[in-house]
Amino acid sequence: MSEYRNAEKKQVVHRRAGTPHTSMFLRMLVRAAVLRRGRAASALFAMVVAAAVATAMMNLYVDVQAKLRSEFRNYGANVVLVAKEGQTLPSGAVNSIESTLGPKTLVVPLSYVVARTSDGRSVVVVGTDFNRARQLNHWWKVSRWPAAPTEALVGMRADTALNLDRKPFQLSFQGRSVELVPAGLLQTGAAEDSRIYLDQAAFEGWTGVVPTTIEIAVNGTTEEIDEGIRRLSAQLPSTDVRPVRQIMEGEANVLNKTRATLYSSAILIVLTAALCVLATLIGWVFDRRRDFAIMKALGASERLVNGFFAAEAAALGVIGSILGFALGIGVAAWIGRANFHAPVIPRFSVFPYILAGSVLVALISAVLPMGLLRRVQPAMILRGE
Amino acid sequence: MFPRLVYESFRRQTRRKLLAGVAITLGVAVATAMIAVATDIGDKINRELRTYGANLLITPQEDTLDVEIGGVNLKPPSDGALLNEADLPKIRGTFWHHNIVGFSPMLPVNVRVAVGATNTDTTLVGTYFAKLLTFGKDQFTTGVRITHPWWRVQGAWPDDSSQGVLLGERLAARLGAKPGDTIDVGGRALSVAGILSTGAAQDEQIVAPLALAQDILGKPGAVRRVYVSAMTKPEDALARRDPKTMTPEMYDRWYCSPYVQSIAYQLQEAIPHSHAEQIRQVAQNEGTVLSRIKGLMLLVTLAALLASALAVSAAMATAIFERRQEVGLMKALGAGNIAVAALFFAEALLLAVIGGTAGFTAGSLLARQIGRSIFNSQISIEPVLFPIILTIAVLVTFAGSAAAIRRAVKFDPVFALRGEA
Repeated sequence: MSEYRNAEKKQVVHRRAGTPHTSMFLRMLVRAAVLRRGRAASALFAMVVAAAVATAMMNLYVDVQAKLRSEFRNYGANVVLVAKEGQTLPSGAVNSIESTLGPKTLVVPLSYVVARTSDGRSVVVVGTDFNRARQLNHWWKVSRWPAAPTEALVGMRADTALNLDRKPFQLSFQGRSVELVPAGLLQTGAAEDSRIYLDQAAFEGWTGVVPTTIEIAVNGTTEEIDEGIRRLSAQLPSTDVRPVRQIMEGEANVLNKTRATLYSSAILIVLTAALCVLATLIGWVFDRRRDFAIMKALGASERLVNGFFAAEAAALGVIGSILGFALGIGVAAWIGRANFHAPVIPRFSVFPYILAGSVLVALISAVLPMGLLRRVQPAMILRGE
Repeated sequence: MFPRLVYESFRRQTRRKLLAGVAITLGVAVATAMIAVATDIGDKINRELRTYGANLLITPQEDTLDVEIGGVNLKPPSDGALLNEADLPKIRGTFWHHNIVGFSPMLPVNVRVAVGATNTDTTLVGTYFAKLLTFGKDQFTTGVRITHPWWRVQGAWPDDSSQGVLLGERLAARLGAKPGDTIDVGGRALSVAGILSTGAAQDEQIVAPLALAQDILGKPGAVRRVYVSAMTKPEDALARRDPKTMTPEMYDRWYCSPYVQSIAYQLQEAIPHSHAEQIRQVAQNEGTVLSRIKGLMLLVTLAALLASALAVSAAMATAIFERRQEVGLMKALGAGNIAVAALFFAEALLLAVIGGTAGFTAGSLLARQIGRSIFNSQISIEPVLFPIILTIAVLVTFAGSAAAIRRAVKFDPVFALRGEA
């Protein structure tokens, strides 16, 4: 047993013979940080700020696109599904679209007829689901949404042209007439102003016409929306699924420009932060040329001294990037809350990049002054020249 | 003696001064570029938002109801009031004409179209494609190519004075027509210049030059509605008020702000018997998108300013900390704390001014490059920004040096000279 132990000990001694003494090495690292608190703290501070700014910018860059996309969904439907001529939509179309495209999708069924008023004028009447329409069409200005099935939402122009004057009115379609009460006025500045909107169930009970058009707001990138359109066309072969180009292209355009601006800003900011770290760390290492000289005078090898400064810089990079990452996530979350009223979700996938970048910058700033110091004799430095 | 000290310090320690100078230059350059981009981004994004198309619609005042489903107009074409085409160039004479990117008149006519043996009823819409108009001495081009940028044409856009038309892609597929074919519209032979794809009602329609549509309808100079694309200011409480209830000063302020409401009001004034209304889908949402993007860039600019301030401070602190021996020597020769501090501050000031000027120039070029590569237009730098940037650069440099100078001044000269710092 003890023989075995001895053999092991020998092995360890043998293994360590060529390598520096690890415990001494660690002690030097720790003491260097503790004894020169001020300088080490200012170097660490620069590191933390740089890592925090880089983290915040990377998080923002990834997340802002998703945030802006959901803002763009306020423009309404970006996909329209229309029954092919002579065909009707399958009865469960709305539910099956929702299950295909996921829970964030807004789906609004629409059905149209041309009805006549009691004095013989034509008006387009639309049957829809008011709850869904309200969520999709944020820009609709509605004085009061209908609550009862006999209540109708009357477009601004329809109201003026038909002299409805908020009194109950009659509409007839293919000999069947219905008595309606205007609930509120609808103002959009577009075709909706000339129409009268009814609840889908009441509309179907009156006209017997089922929805022919479905407006869909799909959340996601252009590719995700294209994929959704493909899936819908395959699933509902009796329909035409079309993207609303006006909405899709406008969104893609503004989003691309914003992303490009943010990208160039992020690069500039990260570069400045890296420069800040570089300047501070170079100063820090230069400042310690006496340590360097003493170590060499005491017989430390070039490799050991280089390793010592590199390890110190790397440790600084690791600690700085961890603290900076935490701080940066906080900053990004605050910017998200301040600007988009929703915090930016922390992305831990960014961390390896921040860590690698910090250690790299720290190593560069340790190696640069080392190259200069190597050419100088230790005695010169110790004499204060 | 003092100027000589400063001068010699710059001459003999070029490397150190260069390091600090480069840090200041880069910091100021980034700050300048970011401020320039952030102040201009609203205008740039506003212009990009115009890809959503028109945000204002002008209709005749005595308008009748549209009976239209999915782009098919079910109302007899002679019905309804019309606008006069001759009034349209007056849009260029309104107060906010610089904000009006373009406008397109529309005149729908119900027609029967035939290609060979197949024929169908459809709507022919007369409009401007890219028409050259004159108002006073001012010449400008306007039409759907500006107000409806998402329209795609396979083939060629017809000339505004030609007999060429665009055929909606679904209609063309139904009729089996290609660019270059001749179609029969109500007895006229028209040539198909291109196939139009819009993803909207026009895919089922024919789009023709306005003059041709007026000719078919038999009403020269008639226009049914006008789509106007204008850059607007996001709506606020003042914008939503009724101009009739405002005090005169408030009315002036309202009238002279490019709100979508005030532009609509001015369009109504310019064109007789018209009613202008915002297209809420486009007009209401652009304000939100615009303020979000502006807010984002503002916060990002703050981050940039912070990062560059820290970079400058760090560089200055390092540069001064290295000169403890010099301080020791000066103090040993009898220099007071104030004299030493003054020397360092003078050097910092000089560095800040030189670095700040170079940085401002570099930052302007950087902002210009960003503007050109991202928005295809210049980002203009206000000259008033220069003194502001320079002041900030000096302040940040001072702030960055202050702590280091204080420590350098307090240091015992004996230790410094013995090299025990």
